[in-house]
Amino acid sequence: MAIITMREALRQALDEEMARDPTVILMGEEVGQYDGAYKVSKGLLDKYGPDRVIDTPITELGFTGLAVGAAMGGLRPIVEWMTIQFGLLAIDQLINNAAKMRYMSGGQFKVPMVVRGPNGPAEYLSSQHSQSFASYFVHVPGFIVLAPSTPYDAKGLLKSSIRDDNCVIFLESEMSYGLKGEVPEEEYLIPFGSADVKRAGTDVSIISFSKPVLQCLAAAEELAKQGISAEVVDLRSLRPLDEATIYASVRKTNRAVVVDEAWPNCGVANYVSSLIVRNCFDDLDAPVEEVTGMDVPMPYNHTLELMVQPSVEKIIAAAKRALYID
Amino acid sequence: MRPIKGYKKDFLSEMLREMLLIRRFEEKAGQMYGLRKIGGFCHLYNGQEAVSTGAAAAMVKGVDVLLTGYRDHGHAISMGITPNAIMAELYGKLTGCSKGKGGSMHLFSAEKKMWGGNGIVGGQIPVATGSAFAQKYLKTNGATLCFFGDGAIHQGAFHESLNLAALWKLPVLYLCENNQYGMGTSLDRASSVKDLYIKGQAYGIPSKQISGMDVIEVYEEVKEALEAIKKEYFPRFLEVKTYRYRGHSMSDPAKYRTKEETEAYMAQDPIILLKDRMIQEKMLTEDEFQDMDKEVKEIVAQSVEFAENSPEPDHSEITTDILA
Repeated sequence: MAIITMREALRQALDEEMARDPTVILMGEEVGQYDGAYKVSKGLLDKYGPDRVIDTPITELGFTGLAVGAAMGGLRPIVEWMTIQFGLLAIDQLINNAAKMRYMSGGQFKVPMVVRGPNGPAEYLSSQHSQSFASYFVHVPGFIVLAPSTPYDAKGLLKSSIRDDNCVIFLESEMSYGLKGEVPEEEYLIPFGSADVKRAGTDVSIISFSKPVLQCLAAAEELAKQGISAEVVDLRSLRPLDEATIYASVRKTNRAVVVDEAWPNCGVANYVSSLIVRNCFDDLDAPVEEVTGMDVPMPYNHTLELMVQPSVEKIIAAAKRALYID
Repeated sequence: MRPIKGYKKDFLSEMLREMLLIRRFEEKAGQMYGLRKIGGFCHLYNGQEAVSTGAAAAMVKGVDVLLTGYRDHGHAISMGITPNAIMAELYGKLTGCSKGKGGSMHLFSAEKKMWGGNGIVGGQIPVATGSAFAQKYLKTNGATLCFFGDGAIHQGAFHESLNLAALWKLPVLYLCENNQYGMGTSLDRASSVKDLYIKGQAYGIPSKQISGMDVIEVYEEVKEALEAIKKEYFPRFLEVKTYRYRGHSMSDPAKYRTKEETEAYMAQDPIILLKDRMIQEKMLTEDEFQDMDKEVKEIVAQSVEFAENSPEPDHSEITTDILA
């Protein structure tokens, strides 16, 4: 199996789906001539031309709303937001139009589009460019929300997203574009709503998504050295959510740690832990632990910015709390 | 006012009848709202009938797409959605044009290419621009008509859309129905400029100010604009000066404007203006007009009966139509 980077995996998905379906277009800031701010779309302009790989002005509301209309009109637009942070300017178009058009019209329209871009904290970016907005989208009926952690998952899920007839919010991670992983040569798709047990274990379930999954795996490795068998569940798909896999894991381990790099209030971690408490109450041997970002804007200073985010150490400590080991 | 000589009687009669139908429909909708048969926000189109009627008459049916804001009953009628389906929608019934899930502000028909009323001021403008993008990409030979009010013109959605439409040469007609009030705020309290069509010019888009009280003027200008748009693949902008007789919505007594102002506009009522010209040109008699009025009133009365007798949506409808 080939070992490629996350950005290559994403590019393969875009390339294969654009080759497969001429109604698939890619638009966003710097996706064409510049080859993408993070080089995900490198080479696609040369291959598919300016009618299909479209450089936009810096006008997120405008081109995101335009993509909604283009999707209603029979295209399959992929919108790249240079970062999900800029997407706040366009969130009305997504929530009020993309997510609701089908419902408000009594099922007469579909909006097959993908909005993708880096979400979550990066490095040295201070408060406006370094935050996770996953919960903003998970909150809204009408969206599919995905947040892969590996090149394999990213490619399979992005291909499924482009073929889907709904508005898919595809959350990438700036820090993970260079992450390498195995990706098969042959075509594959990953269905929505399927979590992946990235590491099997018996003592505690560590549940996360996107970039922090790597920290969870590192924590599990360290815990193993201390004789603790941790299971790592990668949600991959936040809406729909694979509740069955979460509950099966917790019912096996009887302890859960949920990890989310977003702020602690009203986030995905709260949501998942509340589901666990409600559905696995009799199976739990300890309160569900949450490891999240701190409830502060992101500081610029590197030491401080690392302190406010989840870390391997924080995850290990949470797992031990759940196991009453100290 | 534009001359009507040269137009066939049937064509003019149909426009007159459509405006009258919208007027009577809106009066009935207001009445049923008062009886609490209709709830929520309900924005009536009385006074603006010539705009949707003239514009839709210039469209290629089944090809050109129309989007508008929440004051959308008139546009829905002009696009060919039946009064029955619209009234049933206002009632929230399953037989409504949006299955009772959209209501007054969200009248849709994929078949008629009515892409809805939108409840967010200006929210439809980028979507309409995207419709035009798809029309160009898929070579449908169609164009998109994007209606919005003077209140929407200050939204970023308007400015970002016009820039993209001109930049990418999209077949879209932006039609600003300037009824001079964004809810209770008059245009002079909201806009840095008096004439809104110059905002289209700012993006290099050929733009014009026309009267929305003369249905012939609206028809001719929209027709010319659509032909130019399709020929040149470049957007156009029309500022259509009009007036709503009623408040912003049913809950608005419109105390922010004078009786004299409203009466001055009612004196140039779009229905009367066309009717008088047709009588003058001997294309219509007063009796024929009264018959026409009777006929549309009957249609509207039937729409109420249809809505009343239509079934409520089944509770299972709550969770359908969310994902495709």
